[in-house]
Amino acid sequence: MKHLFFGLAAVILCCCGTLRAQDATPPPAAAPPAADTAPKPDPAGTATGAAVDAQDAGGNHFLLTEPPALSDDDKKDPAKVKAYEEAKKAYVDYIAQSKTEPLAVRLADSVGHNRVAINFMWTLITGFLVMFMQAGFALVETGLCRAKNAGHTMSMNFMIYPMGMLGFYLCGFAFMFGGLGGIGTMGGYGGLNHELTVNLFGKPFGLLGWKGFLLQGAGYDTAAFALFLFQMVFMDTTATIPTGAAAERWKFSAFMIYGCCIGTIMYPLFGNWVWGGGWLSQLGINFGLGHGHVDFAGSSVVHMQGGVIALIFAWLLGPRFGKYDSHGKLVHPIIPHNIPFVMLGTFILAFGWFGFNPGSSLAGTDLRIAVIAVNTMLASATGALAATLWMWWVRTQKPDPSMMCNGMLAGLVAITAPCAFVSAGGASIIGIIAGVLVVESVFLWDRLAIDDCVGAISVHGVNGAWGCLSIGLLADGTYGDGFNGVSGTVRGLFYGGGLNQFWAELIGVTTCFVTLSLLSIGVYYLAEVLVGNRVDKEVEIEGLDVPEMGITGYAGMVMDKQAETPMPKGEHYVPGLVSSQAKA
Amino acid sequence: MKKLEALIEPFRLNQVKEALADLGITAMTVTEVRGLARHQEHSEIYRGSEYVVDLLPKIKLELVLEEHEVEDAVTAIVRLSKKNGVEAGKVFVSGIDEATVVQTD
Repeated sequence: MKHLFFGLAAVILCCCGTLRAQDATPPPAAAPPAADTAPKPDPAGTATGAAVDAQDAGGNHFLLTEPPALSDDDKKDPAKVKAYEEAKKAYVDYIAQSKTEPLAVRLADSVGHNRVAINFMWTLITGFLVMFMQAGFALVETGLCRAKNAGHTMSMNFMIYPMGMLGFYLCGFAFMFGGLGGIGTMGGYGGLNHELTVNLFGKPFGLLGWKGFLLQGAGYDTAAFALFLFQMVFMDTTATIPTGAAAERWKFSAFMIYGCCIGTIMYPLFGNWVWGGGWLSQLGINFGLGHGHVDFAGSSVVHMQGGVIALIFAWLLGPRFGKYDSHGKLVHPIIPHNIPFVMLGTFILAFGWFGFNPGSSLAGTDLRIAVIAVNTMLASATGALAATLWMWWVRTQKPDPSMMCNGMLAGLVAITAPCAFVSAGGASIIGIIAGVLVVESVFLWDRLAIDDCVGAISVHGVNGAWGCLSIGLLADGTYGDGFNGVSGTVRGLFYGGGLNQFWAELIGVTTCFVTLSLLSIGVYYLAEVLVGNRVDKEVEIEGLDVPEMGITGYAGMVMDKQAETPMPKGEHYVPGLVSSQAKA
Repeated sequence: MKKLEALIEPFRLNQVKEALADLGITAMTVTEVRGLARHQEHSEIYRGSEYVVDLLPKIKLELVLEEHEVEDAVTAIVRLSKKNGVEAGKVFVSGIDEATVVQTD
């Protein structure tokens, strides 16, 4: 395994040798001083949003620009000549009109500023909603664990927020969005324009952004800050997913090492490829695969990344003591200690998702947000219902409360990528499939002795992949004109779009799995070498709260800790051993 | 004096308490306990896997009574705790040598 890791590092180093920087905006043909043409950051927010941002509902701009002159080849094409003449006439008319009505132009400045301000407001407020999802994750994960580990599980969910955020502030944001180009809906600020690319098959492959470190320089701009807030809370959503799968046996120190890695590099790398202008988003432009890897709000970028990390950590850590016998056969389920926590947390998450999905438009002026919000709630409902009935009628004769919650979250995860591109019927179907998928997936991992305390692999990993793939099947072609720079709307197989979009999604999902598996294995062994990942067996039986954190989650309550851990025949446990070690 | 210890099912506490109050017994200690009773164990399913529930929640009543009260109290508890012929609790009676009241000044 170590050889694999070093091999990967060598490959990355070799790639760096051929890296070159590419500016997203081409340099001007003439040679005025660079400082004059480079986009200026606007930290005060007084220069963001002007007449150029004023547009009607169809996206037609108030301010017209002169069309570029036709080349000799273009002049032979009558369609191009006609389009040029129309655009030229509109531009000449506009100039003449603007001279007679200067007030209209000044009003347009105000309209443009207000339009951008609405988008800022929308992005920030939905970002605040997503931040609250941290509380939802904390409750779901803690509720599904045992009472003796409540303080430890809650602490991991708490500390990932500052740890992930600071890593993202340090360099994660620059890696992910440093080569973004223009922030379209928020005034078009183009200062984050430095993408490291490598040329393969004669096409540029964007690998990593390289601007906006510590939100300084080009990063010190109001639009960049709004984007930072919104993307930071998304990153923290990913960051907190693996803590559930690896709970009840993971050393807090090892978790903190993971906390340093997730926001700095683990999340931003694949994130750049999909959302930061990297190579997966360019599959459409460069290779004609639909609109490239389309992921509207993060089924792959946020959820599948978290799910894959969860899978690797849960697999490498091994199952919790007492759940399986020595042959990996499931002998005793470990039951949760607080179902009300789980359900409250699920509702908080479902509420936060109204920020997660509609907010990903980054535009309150994009009225598709209504469709996105309704699709989101429909998929959550069908997901919850499908999982409940599948457990009740098909699998175990009882409607398992923990699986109800997993089902709702599975529906939400699956609709995250396609939320903007499918109809209400499509969203409902996506939710139903997600609800059944999550149950079967939980059973599968249990059979494979990969012990996922909360179902994070099934909810976020498996359904994240399903959500992305569903775009390639169910996108109905009513939205997404110009997405990832490809004209035309996003259309899936069942709506006559062919398989191209599906292949792009499949490439994205596969890339996510491979990349995050390798990164997770690297981080796991880094923590293994530095501090070790798994707590001692005695600590696990005693409960991680006191040995790891120094305080119980529920001080003053009497708990039969032995009864909480199913003890295999022939195992013995001496009470008090851990406490005396902890004191020494 | 006699000490009476009764293990009953949790949801019967209120009616037992009222019945004892009718007999003029107004002081008792109530504890939540769990009892192992193999003949009452049953299995449940969590996320598709079966597990055995053998430690069942019970309520333990402790009463210290005068000798003449004991028979009525035991009868009342037993009558109210019956459940379809299945054993649903137990009452123990033992002797008390001495009792001292701790009083505030």
